Amino acid sequence: MLAFIFKRLGQSIIVMLAVALISFIMFRYVGDPVASMVSQEATIADQELLRERLGLNDPFYVQFFRFIMNALQGNFGISYRLQTPVADLIMSRLPATIELALTSATIALIVGIVAGVFTALNRKSPIAAGIMAFSLIGVSLPTFLIGIGLIYIFAVELQWLPSFGRGQVVDLGWWRTGFLTETGLRSLILPAITLSLFQMTLIMRLVRAEMLEVLRQDYIKFARARGLSKRAINFSHALKNTMVPVITIAGLQLGSIITGALITETVFQWPGIGSLFLSSVAVVDVPVMAAYLIFVGFVFVIVNLIVDILYYVVDPRLRVGGSSKGH
Amino acid sequence: MANKLTGIVAVLLASSVMISAANAETLRWARQSDALTLDPHSQNQGVTHTFNHHIYETLLDRDVEGNLQPRLATDWYVKEGDETVWVFELREGVTFHGGEEFTAEDVVFSIERAKSDNSNMRQLHADVVSVTAVDDYTVEFQMAGPSPLYPNNVTNTFIMDKGWSEANDLVGVQDFAAGEENFAVRNTNGTGPYILTERDPDVRSVMTVNENWWGDAPAVTEIVYTPISDSATRIAALLSGEVDLVQDVPVQDIERLAGSPGIKVETGPENRTIYFGYRMDDAPLVSSNITDENPFANPLVREAMELVVDRNAIQQVVMRGQSIPTCVNMPPFVAGWTEELDACPAVDVERARQLMEEAGYGDGFSVTLDTPNDRYVNDEAIAQAVVGMLGQIGIDVTLASRPVAQHSPLILNNETDFYLLGWGVPTFDSAYIFNDLVHTKDGNYGTYNIGLYSNPELDEKIQSLGTMTDLEARDAVVAEIWDQVQEDRVFLTIHVQALAYAMKDGLTLAVHPENQPRMTDVVID
Repeated sequence: MLAFIFKRLGQSIIVMLAVALISFIMFRYVGDPVASMVSQEATIADQELLRERLGLNDPFYVQFFRFIMNALQGNFGISYRLQTPVADLIMSRLPATIELALTSATIALIVGIVAGVFTALNRKSPIAAGIMAFSLIGVSLPTFLIGIGLIYIFAVELQWLPSFGRGQVVDLGWWRTGFLTETGLRSLILPAITLSLFQMTLIMRLVRAEMLEVLRQDYIKFARARGLSKRAINFSHALKNTMVPVITIAGLQLGSIITGALITETVFQWPGIGSLFLSSVAVVDVPVMAAYLIFVGFVFVIVNLIVDILYYVVDPRLRVGGSSKGH
Repeated sequence: MANKLTGIVAVLLASSVMISAANAETLRWARQSDALTLDPHSQNQGVTHTFNHHIYETLLDRDVEGNLQPRLATDWYVKEGDETVWVFELREGVTFHGGEEFTAEDVVFSIERAKSDNSNMRQLHADVVSVTAVDDYTVEFQMAGPSPLYPNNVTNTFIMDKGWSEANDLVGVQDFAAGEENFAVRNTNGTGPYILTERDPDVRSVMTVNENWWGDAPAVTEIVYTPISDSATRIAALLSGEVDLVQDVPVQDIERLAGSPGIKVETGPENRTIYFGYRMDDAPLVSSNITDENPFANPLVREAMELVVDRNAIQQVVMRGQSIPTCVNMPPFVAGWTEELDACPAVDVERARQLMEEAGYGDGFSVTLDTPNDRYVNDEAIAQAVVGMLGQIGIDVTLASRPVAQHSPLILNNETDFYLLGWGVPTFDSAYIFNDLVHTKDGNYGTYNIGLYSNPELDEKIQSLGTMTDLEARDAVVAEIWDQVQEDRVFLTIHVQALAYAMKDGLTLAVHPENQPRMTDVVID
């Protein structure tokens, strides 16, 4: 098991290096950072000087190598836009993104599984049909439209919830949390729902399809024949066996929730790393973009690792297979 | 007796607390983006300056009409007997937020810092040879030559305290290459009307009124500044009462906001024109089907384009009334502006077609137009409208629309045949436009002369403006240059961009031409 984890961590370094290399090749096409850094008074000579000092005239592999050497020493450079160290910026924005991602993942999982089981067991009820129809909205409407729609209804018209920001945060020294204040929690509701909607409908449809599949299996028929209670059949036999694909998808989706909250964060002015990245792209803030993309690679590797470990926990066959190989 | 006194004092104190609580007015101010840095000399950028103007102060200020006003300097004049020296007399009794007294030494230090290598303000002070403190409240600027308009360049250069800056190792400005954060990026010590009490970049900043400020106490005693990048969210925050003032209002929302109860919108012209430029040298265009000559080099083609572009239609349809159509590439505040220059010829498609025939392009030609799509108000839509209008005279325009980060390199490297650009004039003087846009591209001149227009006779006149001290003669030269620029149709100017601020009823704040509103100007009913 330990060897497996170390092997995976070793692979993650290669993945991150690849991500960094590809991003450095791409940065040349994003635009010119110097154009956003100087005013219209700056002469061509001044701009060229700045470009030279930032090392932007070097070939991309030189820039890449320099970046990697600095990154290995924990130095990700200074943001061109905000002039503060990139590592500080990302660390100060990360709590907001993680709190939002965990909240929406929880909402998506709970609602998704409950609704999926319900629609699978009550295929013909009108409520299930209603849920299925509604889920189409979650899959097909773009996030920013859902976000703006929710803001319009709950912030502007009803004035129940704040339209932007993170409310009051409590500083725990190394982590600024919005979970501990009333405004913090109220601010979390709309963005968390917006972000969870897509995953929610995905999980729901997946659970429903898997449940329907499993309910047709012979062992469910035998369980019924044995006279087990409906509840025991549906939840311990059927639902448990649908969980492996659900964990895979939910795990991978958690990665994309953390790294893909860009639009939701921007619509709600949520101060996380997604909105930081979008502001950085607009002005070609290369140090922030590079650090962000490497971070994204890291998150996906870690999430995949956790998913793999969870397989061992959920599926006993893997455990047996793994240990027998060891003997 | 002692008890009674304490009691009275307590009551007095309590009542004074109540009075100040009753007068405390918090203004929640939202705009699209945050200040990039608090270092006063690091960035020459409007959003950053607007923020810093509340904390730091400049020698001179610009009011909403665009006129120079005294600020930390109470008087300024050219030294008698030496046309190359500007004298600034400083305000006495001003203190920094940290308690340090403001003196001439601070001005000398700050101008030298603004002139240093990593400062983005240095171009504005390029003609300053040296700054000396004559006494505690008089400073002399030795210029390279007579510089009659130099005071226009000091309105965004903030004054820092010398002692505080030296103690915190701030003699230099942020050096990106060095990879270290400068103390001034997040810490401030100015003389301004507000003191920064909270700062979370991109999220929220709070400023409270400086009780020791030399000016009249402002109505707003606390500012909560929140950048909200998404326009729809920003407007929603105002409609839901979560913010009081929105500075960057999208054109399409103005009408709806003005009709919403409890909200009012103030509009006014910005110091910025939107114009099209074209390559005017003899080399053939890169993106055209005419490969042996440059159609834009033919004055008849430029005249035809001028006649076929309907600026009023752009104003009504694209800008929803929020622009001021003009045919001269200069906002009305700028010295040198006249109504005659501003006037546009009537749209005449027939005549334009004739001109194209005469020029030998009766069948038209093709060209690519480069436009930014996230820099100016409705920039891409303006370009689209012009594409349609030019199609009427056979000019087949392909539109290439890019974010400004990719548009700017094309502009600065002269890699465009036909482009859209906006131009602001921070000095409020025509010479600024001539230096960068009209003068032949050469060294420090013509940085944005993307059309490669070149007229040696004009170049000479433009250079002479820099040192002319006889203002009447200077005005005459400015008028001559403009006449030539208009005759040669160096620019296809569309309009002066308008600004809109939306706020809750009960607040009054006029639009600032440089889009640098001061919360000290807010009037509360």
